[in-house]
Amino acid sequence: MSTAKVAKQTATGLTGNSAVAYAMMQINPDVCGAYPITPSTTVIEEFSSYVADGRVDTGLITVESEHSAMSACIGAASAGARAMSATSSQGLALMWEMLYIASGMRLPIVLCDVNRALSAPINIHCDHSDTMGARDSGWIQLYSETVQEAYDNMIQAVRIAEDKRVQLPIMVCLDGFITSHSIENIELLDDESVQDFVGEYKPERSLLDVDNPLTLGATALQDSYMPLKHQQSNAMKASKEVVIEIGKEFGEVSGRSYGLLEEYDLDDAEVAIVVLSSSAGTVKDAVDKLRAEGKKVGVLRPRLFRPFPHKEIAKALSGKKAVCVLDRADSMDGFGGPLFKDIRAALYADDNRPKIIGRVFGLGGADFNVDNALDVIGETIKLAAGEDVELFRYIGEGQNAQTIAGC
Amino acid sequence: MAAFEEVRWHGRAQQGVVTAAKVLAETALHGGRFVQAFPDFGPERMGAPVKAYNRLSDKPIRIHSQVAEPGYVVIADPTLITLVPVTGGTPDDAVFVVNTVKDPDVIRKDLGVEGTNAKVYTVDAGHISVETIGRLMPNTPLLGAVAKVTSLIDLETLQSSFKANYSKKYSPKVIDGNMAAMKRGFEEVKGG
Repeated sequence: MSTAKVAKQTATGLTGNSAVAYAMMQINPDVCGAYPITPSTTVIEEFSSYVADGRVDTGLITVESEHSAMSACIGAASAGARAMSATSSQGLALMWEMLYIASGMRLPIVLCDVNRALSAPINIHCDHSDTMGARDSGWIQLYSETVQEAYDNMIQAVRIAEDKRVQLPIMVCLDGFITSHSIENIELLDDESVQDFVGEYKPERSLLDVDNPLTLGATALQDSYMPLKHQQSNAMKASKEVVIEIGKEFGEVSGRSYGLLEEYDLDDAEVAIVVLSSSAGTVKDAVDKLRAEGKKVGVLRPRLFRPFPHKEIAKALSGKKAVCVLDRADSMDGFGGPLFKDIRAALYADDNRPKIIGRVFGLGGADFNVDNALDVIGETIKLAAGEDVELFRYIGEGQNAQTIAGC
Repeated sequence: MAAFEEVRWHGRAQQGVVTAAKVLAETALHGGRFVQAFPDFGPERMGAPVKAYNRLSDKPIRIHSQVAEPGYVVIADPTLITLVPVTGGTPDDAVFVVNTVKDPDVIRKDLGVEGTNAKVYTVDAGHISVETIGRLMPNTPLLGAVAKVTSLIDLETLQSSFKANYSKKYSPKVIDGNMAAMKRGFEEVKGG
């Protein structure tokens, strides 16, 4: 970790949502399209206080739905504004068609999604079904383990999205309630350092640039739709390098560097668990317990999920005996969660590929604790030893699992 | 043993247990520790049972699951004792701090922890809060009681941290009321 040029920082305690709102205040975007929804509500609530108090000069557009919140961001970003929003669950679902329009129009919008389960049944708690459903929408996705990382990711997201090589929208994801409503220790950069880091936004194109008129979102038929999509795809691919660069540069300012993946005790591990976001911390505690018993286990936590860092993941897991991928979402296709399938595909071409299983956990906020993590690791150790282990199943379904199963 | 202390707060919506967990975390953080404070929200309605949790440690806390085996349980509403499993997952030597007019021996029986090494403390936090803050806010005197009977926080840091964090938000009168409530909770808690 670099400690050169470290900015002045304040150590305090904040919830994930307060930290995201604070980052937005320090970024001072031109426009925020807002239609609050649990558990992301307090992001907009606190940010609107910063607007009312004159701490920012953002145009806060309070609209009548999430579809309109994203539409407001799209309109503003088309006009050359730095635009942001925050949402969760059904809110992201209602933004759906606009997500594709934001990415297709190459607008560097920053959206904080506080991960929450999708209805039905109605549930306000954490899982990744909302953003996993948007994984093919052309948005970059960063998943945050802690309050600190959610804050740091928001600041980096602006630079990643606006980079000339990228020009794509980006989602910063954090776990609903678990991270969004939990107070944790955090170090906050001073306002000036954040402003210096994000810089002034100079859009490549703007509808308000009357000297250089342009059309956005026009019809593109058989002759031109595909090359435009190809450009978009290339930009997504190129964004990986930008995420690495910005993560390093952020480290120079803050002392906290970020890469595409976090590897924990992975080098000499024979068995690895792959997991996103806050549960990675719980698995790390389980790994410490098993390491104390001499078991060679480790964790791989992808921070970047879109674009998918398939080469880096294959390299990190190559030569391991067995891997278990934990998904906080199910693809509902009888073949496991989205992370499981992407990781499995990434390893296909590797001659030293590990055996691999997938487990769905924590849907609708079902608790995932150290004992759950130890069980999963234990099963993966059995797989490594050559025992027959189920390819894919649900774990930790909650205390009513037996009753409901008997209905 | 885990390298952190865990606290579970029981109360009813609007009684301030989420805020109490927050203030406890802020106090510990003020004292240089690593903290977590988080609520366990059920359906949102006034008067519903609510839980909040703390983890406190000298090292960064990575675990992100609910607190299942708290060494410390603070109960802001004694009517919850028979309604929700307030002793669930607690170790034999757990510490209970209860807002009630009853004596610790009576509450020990109500909790069903006779014959264990549990420490049971009581304080009339509701009454104290009405006399000091002017309304029913049992969480503030309870924090004072926690400062007295545990080593999680101390009264001086509790008060200075609260002043530093809330003097902008609340009037001097409200701050003074909270200071007095903490002090009386500290002084009037009894049991062991």
